Parts: sequence; C-alpha cells; structure tokens
Amino acid sequence: MSEIVKHQPTTIYIKPTKGLAALNLRDLWVYRELVFFMVWRDVKVKYKQTLLGMAWAVIQPVMTMLVFTFVFGSVAKVATDGIPYPVFSFAALLPWGLFEVALNQGSRSLVAHNNMVTKIYFPRLILPMSSVFAGLVDFVIAFVILIGLMFYYKIAPAYNLLWTLPFFILLAIVTALGVALWLSAINVRYRDVNQALPFLTRFWLFVTPIAYSSEIISGKWQYLYYLNPMAGVVDGFRWALLGTGIGPGPTLWVSTGISILIMISGLFYFRSMEKTFADTI
Amino acid sequence: MTTAISVNNLGKRYQIGAAETKFRYNMLRDVLVDTVYAPVRLAKALVGKSDRRTNQNFIWALKDISFDLDEGKVLGIVGRNGAGKSTLLKILSRVTEPTTGTVSVRGRVGSLLEVGTGFHPELTGRENIYMNGAILGMKRGEIDKKFDEMVEFSEVGQFIDTPVKRYSSGMYLRLAFAVAAHLEPEILVVDEVLAVGDAEFQKKCLGKMNDVAQQGRTVLFVSHNMSAILRLTQEAIVLNKGKLIKRAPTPEAVDFYLASGQAESGERVWEVDEVSAMSAPFKPVAIRIRERSGKVVDTVRSTEPVMVEFEYHLDAPVTGLRVGMYLNTMRGEYVFTAFDTDDAKQFEQFGARAAGRYISRCEIPADFFNEGRYYLGVNASSFGVKRYFMDENAISFNVDISGAPGTQWPELRQGPIRPRLNWKIEKVD
Repeated sequence: MSEIVKHQPTTIYIKPTKGLAALNLRDLWVYRELVFFMVWRDVKVKYKQTLLGMAWAVIQPVMTMLVFTFVFGSVAKVATDGIPYPVFSFAALLPWGLFEVALNQGSRSLVAHNNMVTKIYFPRLILPMSSVFAGLVDFVIAFVILIGLMFYYKIAPAYNLLWTLPFFILLAIVTALGVALWLSAINVRYRDVNQALPFLTRFWLFVTPIAYSSEIISGKWQYLYYLNPMAGVVDGFRWALLGTGIGPGPTLWVSTGISILIMISGLFYFRSMEKTFADTI
Repeated sequence: MTTAISVNNLGKRYQIGAAETKFRYNMLRDVLVDTVYAPVRLAKALVGKSDRRTNQNFIWALKDISFDLDEGKVLGIVGRNGAGKSTLLKILSRVTEPTTGTVSVRGRVGSLLEVGTGFHPELTGRENIYMNGAILGMKRGEIDKKFDEMVEFSEVGQFIDTPVKRYSSGMYLRLAFAVAAHLEPEILVVDEVLAVGDAEFQKKCLGKMNDVAQQGRTVLFVSHNMSAILRLTQEAIVLNKGKLIKRAPTPEAVDFYLASGQAESGERVWEVDEVSAMSAPFKPVAIRIRERSGKVVDTVRSTEPVMVEFEYHLDAPVTGLRVGMYLNTMRGEYVFTAFDTDDAKQFEQFGARAAGRYISRCEIPADFFNEGRYYLGVNASSFGVKRYFMDENAISFNVDISGAPGTQWPELRQGPIRPRLNWKIEKVD
C-alpha cells in the first residue's frame, strides 16, 4: 500500500435499536453516492443484451396507450372531457409507469440484493429508494413522448403546469416509495408479496382513473375511491398537464394525506424491520 | 493506546427454527393467525402468564460477551461451529443488530467476506470497481485515487472495459479482491471459515491480513486452523455456546480450547443447529473413535489399530463425493489427509452416491501414533466443485504409548508419529 489515507476515524456505536428507531438520515447522507451508483447501475443494466435497448422505454407506454385507445377510446367510447383519447390516457400512464416500476422493482429490491444485505452494512433504505429513482429515467423518456403527442394534437398545456406539475411528480414519488417501503420489508419475511404483486398491479390499475375519467365516480363512492393515493396523483397529472378533470379539492387532499401516511408509516415500519433483515431474508 | 473495539454485555438472540424454515417461506396465513391471537398473547403477558413460545423458541447465539481490543492488535477468535464466532463478526460489521449490549468501534470495519458483493456480470470491470467501492463505503474520489493500483493488483489490465461475465473465475475473484483489499479499513475482520475460493486465494487473504496487521491496524481473525491462529495472532478469545470462556495469549488459549472444548467421549454428534444450511445436501451425523474391540473410546493404544468412523446423511444424490479427514497434532501440525475414495476403484464405485445414510470407516494401523492428544478434522467435498462440509476440529483423542517402540526409555520422543520400524542390525566388521 503506497499511502495510508489519513483521516480521523469516527467511532460507531452499535446497540439494539428499540421501538420506532430514529431514521438515521445521517447515514443515508453519508452513503448518498451509493444511491447514485445503484440508480446508474439499474439503468445501465436494464436494457443490456436486448435488441431494442432503450427503445423499450418508449415501446411499453406507447403500446399500452394504443391498446387503451382502441378498447376504451374507439370501442367503449369513454368520456374524456374533449381531450383526444391518446393524450388523455398517456397523461395518466406517465405517473402510473413510475408507480408500477416502484411497485415491482422496489418491492423485490431487498430480496433481489440479499447477498448485499447479508454481507455488508449500508442503510437498507437505499435499495427501495434507488429502485424508485431508476424508474424516473423511464418517466423522463415517456414525458418527451407526451410533449410530442400534445404538439401533434395541438393541445396547449394548462397555464398552471409549471408550478403544479413538480408537486404532482413529487407526490407520485412519495406514493411509490411509501408502497415500496412497506412491500419490500414484508417481502423479506413473507414471500407471499412476490405472488401477490402481479395481481396487485392489475387490480391497482383498474381502481386508478387511467383508462377512464375519475368524474364517472360519483357521490358517496368518491371518498372511498380517493383512498387510493394513485387516484389523486393521476387526477393531478391530468389537471396540471391538460387542465381537465377534478383539480385541487377535498378529494385530492384525501389522496395526498393517504400518500404521506403510507410514506411515513412505511419509513418507520422499514426501520423497525431493518434490524432483522439479515437474519430473516 | 486507544481502544479500537469495546464490546459490552453483547447478546444476540435468534428464533429457533430459523435455520429450518429458511427455505420454506413463512406464509402470510401464519401471520394472520398470529395477528388474530395477538390480543390474547398481550393479555396473557399482562396478567403475568407468559406465553410459552416467547420463552422457548429462542436461542442465544451470543450471551454476555465483553472485551476490549486496543488499536493495532490482532485478536484470534476460536470456538466450535455454532459457538457464535460468525455472529460476533456480523454484529461488529453491522450486518445484523445485537439484541442486548453495546459495541463501540473506532473507524471503518472491513471484512474479506464481502469480496465481490454487488458485482454485476453485465457491467465492465471498471464499472464494477466503482460500484463495489461505493457499496463498501468508499468515496468516489478515493476510488479514483486508487483505481490504477486496484487494476494493477487484479492483473486484469486490458480487460478492464470488458463485462465481467466474460472473465474467468480467477480474474473475477482477483478483481473483487483488489477492491476489498484497497478499502483500507481501520479494523479488518477475517472469517477464514467462510472464506471462499481456492487455497491460493485463501493464502492471499491471509497475506493481506498480515500486511494490514503490520501497518498497525486492528484485526479480528476467526479460524478453525490452530496453526494459522498461532502464527498470526498474539492473543485469542475462546467462545463456547455463545459465551466468552477464555481470553489469553494465543498459545495458552489454543491449549485451553483444544483441551476443554472437546467432548471427551470418543464420539462427536452434530446437532441440527450446528450444521450450516450451506452444507446441504451433506449432513454430518457423528464421528467415532473405536478401539480394536469395537468400543468407543477417548484414549487409544498406540500399539493397536484405531478405527475411525464418520456417519453422515445425504439428502440428495451427490457426484464426485469424497469424505475424509485431516489428522492434526495438538499444535496444529498436519499429520495426514485422507479421503474415503482415494483408491481409484473405490472412487469409481462410490464417487456418485445416492441419497441415504452412510458410514465411511477406516483403520489407522497399529504402531502409528506418538504420545499425546490428536485431533481429527472432517471434510466432505466434490473436488473442484464444492466443499460441502468441513470441521477442522471435529473430535480429539488421546494416545497411550505403553508397549510402543522405545518406551523402555522414559523420554519425550519428537515427532507426531511413532512407527515400529523394522531395524536390522548387523556387524559389518
């Protein structure tokens, strides 16, 4: 070894963490580069040894949009507030795509990296977090397509787009991360999660206003419907991008509240289970 | 002198059965039933009638461990399988949390266990170095600075921009080791028992450990190999069933371990929880030392043949299997290594074995052992494929030399064997 890096070693105290452990955000900060590397790796590896490469990030949402347009737009003729159906559904598929990645990759992230979990220390939060962030890359690509679609159909973006859209993107991330935290931690112990995921994804897709407009949900069912945080996220996206549908209002606050609740409870649940991950995985 | 590691009343409790249920996932059903009964359990706990399962389904892998280690010291950790050595290292490297007690660790802890963790086959050597470095807690600048050194150390040179899935296993291991070796932690923990790779690679690990110790860093070394412990450490602790039973200068600790840690019955039986799940499908059952009459004994006579039998169970058919033993002296010198299929014909017949219970038995001839205590290690492996099971210190036995060659002189004979040689004396002049 040519040189020894001289830095004052810090003392680490290891002790059992009791109850709702502190979130230890300091460690997360120390390991921030790892988040970057994990995201970078996920993106890099995702389309390796595929013929179409990054094109898949375009093909998947576009194909879904085409199928929806045919079934719900042309055959079933779902009401869309005068928005061409392709744009109407694509604006919803954007946040849904992000959520779907988080649901599937995020929930499996701990089990998929079990060799890391059982061998070394790092804040385990990094695994579900980087899965969710890796989904953002596909999100950006899909967003470019949406802009193209809006140009094609000559739809002017809603005037409040610039300052409201970031909020809804953040809400989508919070929702996705919250669900990923819960499911990834449960998956360490109960692999039932793996079995439930395909069904859960499909079910969730149907109870979220992607193929149809949320305005068809009426009266007393409305609040029940908005217990699904993704309903608020999708509504918000449509409102911010296209200026249609239910804007900010009581239903959105219900969804936002649920999102934040899932996220915070997910963080605490994750932290309290974290200490046994290496033993039970 | 500053303290590098300070361990206070450390304890780690595991749920029993965790090893068995490891591959049989718990069902959500169990937890639902559990949830329904949760108020009942709570009520019982409140009235002081504690639920039986909360008391009985746990085992303490570590209990009341306390010790301090000064900076720059090399500490050996010895103990049987299941004594808690690996659990201790896992707690020190923060992979798992203790149940009770505290540890304070001064500086970064690195272990040679983590070699190659996070390597992705699709990424190139260069990309994996950065990825792996970040996982081990290195800063990007730190990796940049040591990058060339790591590449040189790994000898993969021109292939650094090739995906590692195209590497040979040797190249892969060298690259992985290069990153771990350049982490330069203040504290290094080495678990030789779990070290992967071939003998050469293990040698490299030990060499690296020596370097680190020489630089005045703190090292914790776990091994079943007493000669390695004696060679590389000055001080050692002995763990037994999760308790620290001795801390002493290494020669004294090793003597203590070898003399006391043994079942002095001539038989060693493996409990289910002593065998790692990693050894599947091989399951050791027992090893026995028998004298000529067939009796299981702790002390054998040098003038009589000794029967060693190793009983084991195969849960699934195994090909290329060889089951064998290492014979060592008290001081950790090898006397010999032998396998049950050493004979080529025997290997043809028993190299592939169906599932079932087996006994591999051999006879060590009379007039072989010298005076003292020997210990037998066992090993089951398929050459070049996998080492299923190894316990370098499975059982020990005493040798009584009455009647052996040269016993008319009451002196200590050097050397581990005491053969009855066919001396011829002739007068040539």
